[in-house]
Amino acid sequence: MATVSLLPAGDYRTTYRADTTIFPTRNSRIALWLGIALVAASPLFFGRYELSLLINIGILGIAALGLNILVGFTGQISIGHAAFFGVGAFASAWLHDRFLIPVWACIPLAGLITAVVGIVFGAPAARLKGLYLAIATLAAQFILEDFFARSAWFTGGVAGRITEPLTLFGFAFDREESYLYVVLFYVVLMYLAAANLMRTRDGRALVAVRDHYLSAEIMGINLAYYRTLSFGIASLYAGIGGALYAHYLMFVSVEAFNILFSIQFLGMVIIGGLGSIMGSLMGAAFMVLLPEVVQTAAEALAGGAIDRALKLGASISYLREMAIGAAIIAFLIFEPDGLAHRWRLVKAYWKLYPYSH
Amino acid sequence: MDLTLLFQLTLNGLIVGALYGVVAMSFVLIYKASQVVNFAQGEFLLVGAWVCWWFLTEWQLPFWLGFLFTLAFMTVFGLVLQVVVLRPLIGEPVISVIMATIGLGIFFQALMKWIFGVFAKPFPPIFETERVSVLGLDVQTVYLASLGISLLIMLGFAWFFTSSKHGLAMRATAFDQQVAQSLGVSVPKVFAMSWAISAVVSAVAGVVVGVVNGVSSALSFYGIKVFPAVILGGLDSILGAVLGGVIIGLLENWAHYLDSQWLNWGNMFQIAPFYALVLILLLKPYGLFGTKNIERV
Repeated sequence: MATVSLLPAGDYRTTYRADTTIFPTRNSRIALWLGIALVAASPLFFGRYELSLLINIGILGIAALGLNILVGFTGQISIGHAAFFGVGAFASAWLHDRFLIPVWACIPLAGLITAVVGIVFGAPAARLKGLYLAIATLAAQFILEDFFARSAWFTGGVAGRITEPLTLFGFAFDREESYLYVVLFYVVLMYLAAANLMRTRDGRALVAVRDHYLSAEIMGINLAYYRTLSFGIASLYAGIGGALYAHYLMFVSVEAFNILFSIQFLGMVIIGGLGSIMGSLMGAAFMVLLPEVVQTAAEALAGGAIDRALKLGASISYLREMAIGAAIIAFLIFEPDGLAHRWRLVKAYWKLYPYSH
Repeated sequence: MDLTLLFQLTLNGLIVGALYGVVAMSFVLIYKASQVVNFAQGEFLLVGAWVCWWFLTEWQLPFWLGFLFTLAFMTVFGLVLQVVVLRPLIGEPVISVIMATIGLGIFFQALMKWIFGVFAKPFPPIFETERVSVLGLDVQTVYLASLGISLLIMLGFAWFFTSSKHGLAMRATAFDQQVAQSLGVSVPKVFAMSWAISAVVSAVAGVVVGVVNGVSSALSFYGIKVFPAVILGGLDSILGAVLGGVIIGLLENWAHYLDSQWLNWGNMFQIAPFYALVLILLLKPYGLFGTKNIERV
């Protein structure tokens, strides 16, 4: 969770405003605009499949950022994030079908509903911490999953629920090429919001709760309030991610939001880097691309002796799960600060090249 | 009111609860000795049951021999996991350790599905008579044996912790690592031993459940059912784990009874322990016998 940012020599800050700026250098601003422009231009050179991967990275990245605010910035753990993601997905579809609210308004509303659900389940978080909280959220995961299967009015029951595409001024965002821009808009919005949150009093209070909650309480931070707030924010992000997911797939099934999905979210946060905003996006990208790599590797071996001996083709989904588990463990042991830290090291290396000492 | 069903379910609850108690005990053992919350406990059952099944069906070993081989395998398995995965994480925050065990859990669950497939496979029959009648109730012999084995393991634990040298060393480590170290207890050895014992005991439970229901990945759900039990009993109390397991087993079966008689909510009984879990956490987070962790500045 180190926040090493390398600045050019001679760049001295004289105001707090300059010290807490999101983009410390001109290059970082340029890099951001370039990144956005590159993603915006990607339909020109990517096929539908690559675009769907990009969309998935964006959607999961939003939800992972929420979990990172909870786990990485506040030090609370949640093993039920996928369930909240599911609440957002169903809430958005339900709002549209039941009250005929246009889809573009449903997405933020679904986020708010999920935030309320998150605060209800986060209420124990005001008193619990560490592994007790982990177990409480595990219970929330199973209770919500059971609720999804039970309440046909909300989720469509075992049959699932069909959702409408997002339309704006008569234009339907129902293809990868167009939906990409919706997701891009939300990614930029939510990531900027999170980066700004961390510069406010509330954001610093969350970090204080993580670092030493007793000291934080002594300094006048209301622990119960901030722990619950953190759960609310995490659920808001999960809800918006879930709503975007629902209107992208146009079908939401009850079984999708299981414990394995929750673990994947935790994996994204750990692999990306706890307490790093851009790390959440890197973690999401890693988690989306990892199964692709496994798939490619299995296909490369297809037909060979290894393939026949190990039944690779038929068990590709287990191989993916194993890769996820192994990646989580490997990162915890070898790079606990995640990809974000590794990226900082790479940047530092080139910035100081060739005199790295 | 169907009294026979109620009695039958109560008996089931006791038997399943005793098994929960055994798994909870091995969970608490790891937690007490090394402060690690093992989210992969269910996978210990799973791995143990599959390995035993493999010895019995592929190698055609007699049950006692296959069972002994399984126990030997699980000892090594627990040791290796502790040394390779958990030892580098000593001193890391609680979240990292929890995540590592979760990662282990999904890794081994997927590995077992890959090797043995997703379908439940039955054990070869072990007892000659399938069912006996106890007090007018129809009970499978396997169930009775499992109750006996559970009790035996519990007694074994009681002896181990009160009379054996290693058990005392383990308790000392759980109480205060530095003091234990200064008295000549090798803390890394105690950690490794606790994982090995936990893996072996869980595997015994896994084999018992496997003999009753067949081996499938559903076994790993025992590892999740263990949480209501240990939270109810108190995370660091062996006695609490046993009682918590029995109570959760009974609760589950009574919820099943309630459901089948009046409510008809479907698989309500599977979720009932989790509602209980949330309630316990809200009302009495340190459980019945857990140590209250009072923090002073």
